Amino acid sequence: MNGLVSLFRSLEGSQTVGRGPGFWALFAIVLAIACAYPLFSDGYTVGNTVYFFVWVFIALSLCLIWGYGGSLSFGQTAFFGIAGYGYGVLTINFGSAYGFTFVALFLAIGMAAMFALLLGYFMFFGRIAGVFLGIVTLAVTLMLERFMAQTAGPEWRIGSARLNGFNGMSAMPPLTIPWPGGPIVLIADIGLYYFVLGLLVLVYLGLRILMNSSFGNVIVAIRENPERAEMLGYDIRKYQLITFVIGAALAGLSGVLYTVWGQYITPSSMGMTAASLPLIWVAVGGRSDLTSTVIGTLVVLAAFQALTIYGSQYALVFMGVLLVLTVLIAPNGLVLGVMNWLSRLISRYRGAK
Amino acid sequence: MALLELHDLNKHFGGLHVTNSVNLALEAGEIHCLIGPNGAGKSTLFRLILGEHHPGSGNIFFAGENITALKSFARIHRGLSVKFQVPGVFKGLSARQNLEIALQSRHRGAELAQEIDRLLAFLGLEAEQVQTAGNLSHGQKQWLEIGMAISLKPRLLLLDEPTAGMSPEETHMTGEMVQRLNAEGMTVLAIEHDMAFVRQVARRVTVLHLGQVFAQGSIQQIVADERVAAIYLGQAHA
Ligand SMILES: Nc1ncnc2c1ncn2[C@@H]1O[C@H](COP(=O)(O)OP(=O)(O)OP(=O)(O)O)[C@@H](O)[C@H]1O
Ligand SMILES: [Mg+2]
Repeated sequence: MNGLVSLFRSLEGSQTVGRGPGFWALFAIVLAIACAYPLFSDGYTVGNTVYFFVWVFIALSLCLIWGYGGSLSFGQTAFFGIAGYGYGVLTINFGSAYGFTFVALFLAIGMAAMFALLLGYFMFFGRIAGVFLGIVTLAVTLMLERFMAQTAGPEWRIGSARLNGFNGMSAMPPLTIPWPGGPIVLIADIGLYYFVLGLLVLVYLGLRILMNSSFGNVIVAIRENPERAEMLGYDIRKYQLITFVIGAALAGLSGVLYTVWGQYITPSSMGMTAASLPLIWVAVGGRSDLTSTVIGTLVVLAAFQALTIYGSQYALVFMGVLLVLTVLIAPNGLVLGVMNWLSRLISRYRGAK
Repeated sequence: MALLELHDLNKHFGGLHVTNSVNLALEAGEIHCLIGPNGAGKSTLFRLILGEHHPGSGNIFFAGENITALKSFARIHRGLSVKFQVPGVFKGLSARQNLEIALQSRHRGAELAQEIDRLLAFLGLEAEQVQTAGNLSHGQKQWLEIGMAISLKPRLLLLDEPTAGMSPEETHMTGEMVQRLNAEGMTVLAIEHDMAFVRQVARRVTVLHLGQVFAQGSIQQIVADERVAAIYLGQAHA
């Protein structure tokens, strides 16, 4: 019981909106609905929902690095792509037997994290910050896109995996759980849905604990005033690097899940549009809060898809308008604004009673 | 024994010789004030001591150790702490969280909360604890940052114009606080334009002018020095 109380305590704090029994009751209801939802829907629609969930991880990675850490990174799609291609190369070469697809998932995320460690080391210890960090990460992302786009020739292969240039890589095996009665293959419907939903809950709660810990305090302190943070004795470059690597791993998780969902990955998933869309979801939701980021991302994605039916150019214009509106009306994010307004309302109501 | 020793420190900004062969020895346990006209290079000297700037030549010794090549955070770990000239608080965070970030590396859990409460009371910021630090008055920001700086329990506390923006009463209170901290064993080096404060606390005074040590001595000696009056105190502050 005490353990449970202290667990809840570590999930709450000044770095995240939402606390107390009311919030967690709501959380439990939403989770229960999410768990029950496949029972009332068809496989195709459920698979489509998984697609939305896949993007939440990259949004959370940006929330961590940009919203909490204060470093605007365009590199998340690069980590996304590296992990996506990594998973493809590994599983096309080594197959899906003995649960290897899950090993590949971890290895692919590890590749993205290693790449971030290297890139981040040069940036943070080379004291690249602010706008320049954005420029360097964008350059790396676009370079990777260009590089992958010119790998059409047959000489571009790793083992038996052809990189295929602009058309991208496809037909990698989906996540496969070895099972006595025959392997369980998580194709893009109910099985994958529960797997991704589980990951989402774990990552969300894990990040809440991280951000409300003393580590999270240092991260926001660096965002607010790096000089002061260092003069309190914190090795700020180390903290920035760790945050950057965690963020890269989350973006990598998105990349792998995207790849297993559609069984393809193309260079355009690292292009300019792909790099800027997550920024919009996170900015519109509320980059400095985890819950706002999750809600914002899902809402904007759903709206985007609904509009795409009328033509994707309208959807992109809509995103631009949304971003401008956010910057003008609620610079900290529309969802976060609404949530803060609600919590003020609730506390006033409590005060009046 | 000298706690802090500066040996022949030099620093140029382009053609500007901001720190010119500065030698300074700070005794353990003293309150030392650094005064001088605007642009004399006082804040720059702090940044050299803290490792934010690196000297072109010269060495910095702290408690006998050569710290010239150490990173800033490592110098803080050795026992240095600073309050900057422009209040360096975490503007977007509450006053309470500001102190939590300063205190969390030496206290945890319930003890941490207690320690924050104690410090808030000491600083007279209890009523402001949930306020965003950026919304505090200038004086309150100064207090908050002083609170963060002393919460590290440093051996040497560097204060860059701690009383700027404070009323005479507040300035006097700050002086008393510095004396109390000093009585507990903290060595203090303070940059200050307010001569009332300097008279109240300083055991020794160093005058910096055009990047050089211009004069040094007790407050009586410095005030009586006509050369100092000519370059600095004569203007407005005597
Ligand atoms: N980073 C820098 N780059 C270039 N010049 C600088 C830099 N920092 C300070 N200076 C210059 O060095 C000189 C000394 O500045 P410093 O801030 O040390 O003066 P100060 O004695 O603290 O003055 P004040 O009493 O106004 O605070 C000034 O002429 C200033 O313009
Ligand atoms: Mg100064």
